[in-house]
Amino acid sequence: MHEILGAAELDALRLSLEVASRSVVCSLPAAILVAWLLTRARFHGRVLFDAFVHLPLVLPPVAVGYLLLVLFGTRGPFGHWLYTHFGVELAFSTNGAALATAVMTFPLMVRAIRISLDNVDRGLEAAARTLGAGPLDRFASITLPLMLPGILAGAVMAFAAGLGEFGAVITFVANIPGQTRTLSLALYTAIQSPAGDALATRLAIISFALGFAGLLLAEWLARRVRRWLGR
Amino acid sequence: MLSVTLAKRRGTFALDVAFQAPTPGIVALFGRSGCGKTSVVEILAGLLEPDAADVRLDDLVLIDRHAGYALPAERRRIGYVFQDARLFPHLSVRGNLRYGEKRAPATAQAIGFDEVTALLALEPLLSRRPYTLSGGERQRVALGRALLSQPRLLLLDEPLASLDAPRRAEVLPYLEALRDRLSIPMVYVSHQFEEVLRLANHVVLMEHGRVVAAGGIHEVSLRPELTAIVGPDSVGAVLEGVISEFDSARGLAHLKVGSGTLIISATAARIGARARVQLLARDLILATHPAQGLSVRNSIAGVVTGIRDDDNEAKLVTVEVGGASVLARVTRDAVEALGLHVSCPVWVLVKAVSMRSHEI
Repeated sequence: MHEILGAAELDALRLSLEVASRSVVCSLPAAILVAWLLTRARFHGRVLFDAFVHLPLVLPPVAVGYLLLVLFGTRGPFGHWLYTHFGVELAFSTNGAALATAVMTFPLMVRAIRISLDNVDRGLEAAARTLGAGPLDRFASITLPLMLPGILAGAVMAFAAGLGEFGAVITFVANIPGQTRTLSLALYTAIQSPAGDALATRLAIISFALGFAGLLLAEWLARRVRRWLGR
Repeated sequence: MLSVTLAKRRGTFALDVAFQAPTPGIVALFGRSGCGKTSVVEILAGLLEPDAADVRLDDLVLIDRHAGYALPAERRRIGYVFQDARLFPHLSVRGNLRYGEKRAPATAQAIGFDEVTALLALEPLLSRRPYTLSGGERQRVALGRALLSQPRLLLLDEPLASLDAPRRAEVLPYLEALRDRLSIPMVYVSHQFEEVLRLANHVVLMEHGRVVAAGGIHEVSLRPELTAIVGPDSVGAVLEGVISEFDSARGLAHLKVGSGTLIISATAARIGARARVQLLARDLILATHPAQGLSVRNSIAGVVTGIRDDDNEAKLVTVEVGGASVLARVTRDAVEALGLHVSCPVWVLVKAVSMRSHEI
């Protein structure tokens, strides 16, 4: 194993997995909430909010990274506040990489969850209501379980995409080995160095395999859950 | 007493309904599809917001027009059995049944899990998932789920409409069992008069968002508004009585209605049981003299109390016999030839085999 995967590859792989999982875990509740707001809630500025959520899909990742640096950098308004109150430093840290990844993959997750929420039969919620379930109860006992296919699909997609996030990460948290040098950053570094061809090939293969495995897993999970729901 | 007054406008459709029905008992909301029956029960359940409404069930105010007060659906404790069952796909049959039971107030436990599963024969289904059930089984589970939420009122919105005839025949006896064993008031929405005949004791006829007739089933069965809905072939007086005799060898039962007795063909009947028959207007024969030498088993003396146009070729004659009324559909020609007029004496002839009795 170690003959194929050296310390640098393992480091990058471990870091990518860590960054992607932290980003998914932290953004999933928010994605569910936003998907719910966009599908069910009626409020002023919903169209603007919708556009804002989807912005990372169309913005250059570097621009998103730069914006994060301005806002969450040590001297940025949020970054400064987080540091003085909680001692959390996002810029140039693994957590920062997770934040950049979360922002970039957020629209993907929201999209998948929204589709599944659209497919939830409102009639079932009405039935739950006549059986005595209040709004939060209905959401937890009926809506959320029925959204599960989309939540799982969204999470796996976001995870797979998050493994390879590049532009926003390198701009916001730079390229620090062991801290922020994820797979794609390591791949980029290897391509830049004169003797890095072999390493670059290995990293590219790992990225490819991970992405492919992620998509397969997403599909498999979706099938399992659909069968569980009898669809 | 269930007392309902409500109004709701939806585009060009205006719902404007008022009726009262005795409780406990089954009140049928009967009318063609699209006449607003479902909207009425949705408003009763709290799933649809009325423009104006006043709904009272015994001492309980559900919606008060003047106080602008409406109990939220989840606190009304009104069970709702939907046409399409709406079982929760992610829960087993047991999970579905427990869903409402868990959320019912502890003080309101009137009917238990075991009782409901026994009444609806649900035991073998308990660990199954909804998608593995047949249509009839689904409706039984939906009924059980609604019952276990300990409802004060049960709304049944065409629970048999999505089922084929054999499945319908499978579920109907369960509905009859509920009516007979539980004292939960029910509102039963239907466009099948057969179901109304077998289940309801009070009928509200609806057309185009309005109540066109309401009352006991015998009374409503004589109304011209019913003819408009069910068509001339299904019109006929519904009579209620008590089985006084049953001869299984000859396949005949005697049904005592008012001061008279009807002989009906029956394969089974319980003496002393209350039963209902519908005398289809097209099956009745009127005679101005007592008939002799006919195969017909019932020849009952009565008095004509009304003659009205049914359609172009026929008239509906109302005849009072022994305290109840029946309807006979006869040609215009026959009315003239026999010289039928209000208050003239007639004999009503009914074949025993043309009637089917339903225990109530």
